[in-house]
Amino acid sequence: MIANIGFGALFIALITALYGVAAAIYGERSRKAAWVDSARQAMALSFPLLTITVAALLYLLLTNHYEIAYVGEVSSRSMPVYLKMTALWGGQSGSLVFWSWLLAGFASAVTLGKWDRDREFLPWVIVVTLVTLAFFLILSVFFENPFARLWQLDREIVTSFFRPVGALPFVPRDGRGLNPLLRHPGMIIHPPMLYLGFVAFVIPYAFAIAALITGRTDDRWIQLTRRWTLWAWLFLSLGLVLGARWAYDVLGWGGYWGWDPVEISAFMPWLAGTAFLHSVMIQEKRGMFKQLNMVLIILTFDLVIFGTFLTRSGVLSSVHSFAQSAIGPLFFVFISATLAVSLGLLINRWNDLSSRNELKTFLSREALILFSVLLFMGILVTSFWGVIFPLISELVTGQKVTVGPPFYERATGPLFGGLLLLLGICPLSAWGYSSWKTLRKLVWLPFLISLAAAAAALAGGIRQWQAILAFWLVGFSFSVLIYELIRDALARGRRYEQNVFDSLWGLLKRNQRRYGAIVIHLGVVMMALGVIGIESFQTETQATIPEGGRMELASYTMTYQSLETFNTNDGRNVARAVVSVAKNGQLIDELYPRRDFFFDSNQQVTIPGVRSTLVDDLYIILIDWKAISQEGATFKVFHNPLVKWLWIGSWVFILGVVIAAWPERKSKKIRKSKPVPQGGMLS
Amino acid sequence: MRIQKYYQDVVVMVLVMMVLSLSAVPAGAQGSTPSDDQVNEIARELYCPVCENIPLDTCGMEVCEQWRGVIRDKLSEGWTKEEIKAYFVSQYGDRVLGEPPRRGFNWLVYVVPPVVFVVGVYLLYKGFRSWKSQDDDRLLEAERAADQGNADEEYLSRVEEELRGRE
Repeated sequence: MIANIGFGALFIALITALYGVAAAIYGERSRKAAWVDSARQAMALSFPLLTITVAALLYLLLTNHYEIAYVGEVSSRSMPVYLKMTALWGGQSGSLVFWSWLLAGFASAVTLGKWDRDREFLPWVIVVTLVTLAFFLILSVFFENPFARLWQLDREIVTSFFRPVGALPFVPRDGRGLNPLLRHPGMIIHPPMLYLGFVAFVIPYAFAIAALITGRTDDRWIQLTRRWTLWAWLFLSLGLVLGARWAYDVLGWGGYWGWDPVEISAFMPWLAGTAFLHSVMIQEKRGMFKQLNMVLIILTFDLVIFGTFLTRSGVLSSVHSFAQSAIGPLFFVFISATLAVSLGLLINRWNDLSSRNELKTFLSREALILFSVLLFMGILVTSFWGVIFPLISELVTGQKVTVGPPFYERATGPLFGGLLLLLGICPLSAWGYSSWKTLRKLVWLPFLISLAAAAAALAGGIRQWQAILAFWLVGFSFSVLIYELIRDALARGRRYEQNVFDSLWGLLKRNQRRYGAIVIHLGVVMMALGVIGIESFQTETQATIPEGGRMELASYTMTYQSLETFNTNDGRNVARAVVSVAKNGQLIDELYPRRDFFFDSNQQVTIPGVRSTLVDDLYIILIDWKAISQEGATFKVFHNPLVKWLWIGSWVFILGVVIAAWPERKSKKIRKSKPVPQGGMLS
Repeated sequence: MRIQKYYQDVVVMVLVMMVLSLSAVPAGAQGSTPSDDQVNEIARELYCPVCENIPLDTCGMEVCEQWRGVIRDKLSEGWTKEEIKAYFVSQYGDRVLGEPPRRGFNWLVYVVPPVVFVVGVYLLYKGFRSWKSQDDDRLLEAERAADQGNADEEYLSRVEEELRGRE
């Protein structure tokens, strides 16, 4: 019954979306506002309808309805309630419905906005958003129905929503349970964040397409969607960071990012979105490069769909499994169609979008932003090519190849370095013009301070030139950002006779974008410090030692004290080792690396014991052990210098985005933008 | 279908391992037993063909453990890192390597990103030349003004002007 209600609502949502598309186009073409309003109501309705679907699926998960195939795949009786809820997005068909539900949320929110001044956009925003929603709903209704039931037919178990002729209902006693790797707080929040980021980018794209169709190609669409874009970016960033943290905590390989195709598929829209966020500033400030912004938002949207396609179609494991999966070819068609239509519209409006681009110097703010866009695009092309090359190779030569971290690290390392350098120079340059002469006056102090970072690296015994250069870059960018903050605060403090903190607070409140951006960039620099630390100086060792035996790594000595195995009442068998950690002969900590074996899914998870400080992380994994023998246990130990800064930086970064995206206190009417000659970083 | 293929792969590999372990010279016959670190150093650069995109040193599957055993055996027989990697390539194909070997079609993976990037740089350079204003006098004047003015005052009024503009 509940499954029928859920599926019914899903089906009605699809019909409503298709109706909305038709009504919006008809209303716009025949100039009948009532039809457009009707389409708007249809779009507003999508969220309540899909909320019924999601609620029904949640109910089935929470009440152990294992006759529903999806429930049995991702849930089991022994799972706690919160995990049963997260099982909603723990498998294919659930994730697709969840994706649609979030998109519907944004779609409904868009209809609530004030449209009086931008009515010409409305029908096309509805069309683009609802076409995207309808595509995902078609996948759910016809191919990946989360409400499909299990049936017994001639001794075979078949999956179908409707009862096949002669079939009997089949109700398993228990489900297989969520993949244990997914039973982690990071994994619980990571997919929703990523999906929120993905779907939120649909809205700025819809506005961009509306601008292209209506020919209203001024900055209005950018102003209207600036906050959407920032929130989308925030969620996507959070999703990536949480995914990295999950990998570090659960996957047990001592790292946070493995350049895995699934990771890259979420990283690519982020890269394009980040380039877009930066390049729109040139249009807002100087009215230039409108075509570039269109290209970037179209790219971001299609990479969002491409990312979902990569992870959902099975194409990554083999091009052949892609062909066999029902949804793979559909995704392919949808991506090709949206890309072709978007680019067609763009070419059609190319001349309308052309502006008198004028760059006076290579060091002006807009020129430096263009350089950064180029670098982001360089990383994007490398990532894209690295992900699809194995598929091309398999198609062309029949030979599968692996494109792993060494390829990406070598190819993108210098580009990331370039971005870090630009991050340091950009805040000092002005819009319009900036030359070496004007820049020199500002750059010398942060430059001198940054030399201290390089000197510290040298004094610390570091001899790799790449690492020294990287530390210098971090020092330089950090000094520039702090220098900017202090300079602003002092200048304002002098004028209003305030102390530095009051004046900083005052600045922050009056220009969230600029200071949000400074905080974001400070976060990036801290993250860079963490990445450099772990990438350049990670060491590891592995050994099998008896109880009381020792291992050494960096300046630490680890002693294997004991190991116990026990069953828990949530269906796990846990093997937990006790390892004491000493530094320079002094006992400083005790760590508990463990391995959890989950009975329901017959899978195991390795949870490392981690001692984390601002200087380094000691990360111990229990690889193996021999019960009741003298052989002892096998441990793998990683020494990860500075990696904590990656996590601290991530939170600073997120804080910065929240500052920049937070609604300003005074509700201001958006003015028609006028190019302002000079200004702040994101202002 | 995929699962079936996967199990086939596993079975074939386990059989190969068994044959190998039977034919292998007893460990330590030609040298001391290699340490886990020595094994991992090689395993890190190899990828399991069964589990997608997981380096062999971190893969927890039994078959990968046997692979590491093969590395250990080969090391104790005196094989070098390159010989062991070549052996795995001959057994399971190029996909066991972290990067495609630099030959033939594979060159594309290395060539395309830099070429695209260089084209991007060139386009930007061309753009800069055409976007650069002819009006250099104005620039010079502005620079001169910036030189002469009180930098601090100028900066402050810039911030203030901008803040005013936002209200």
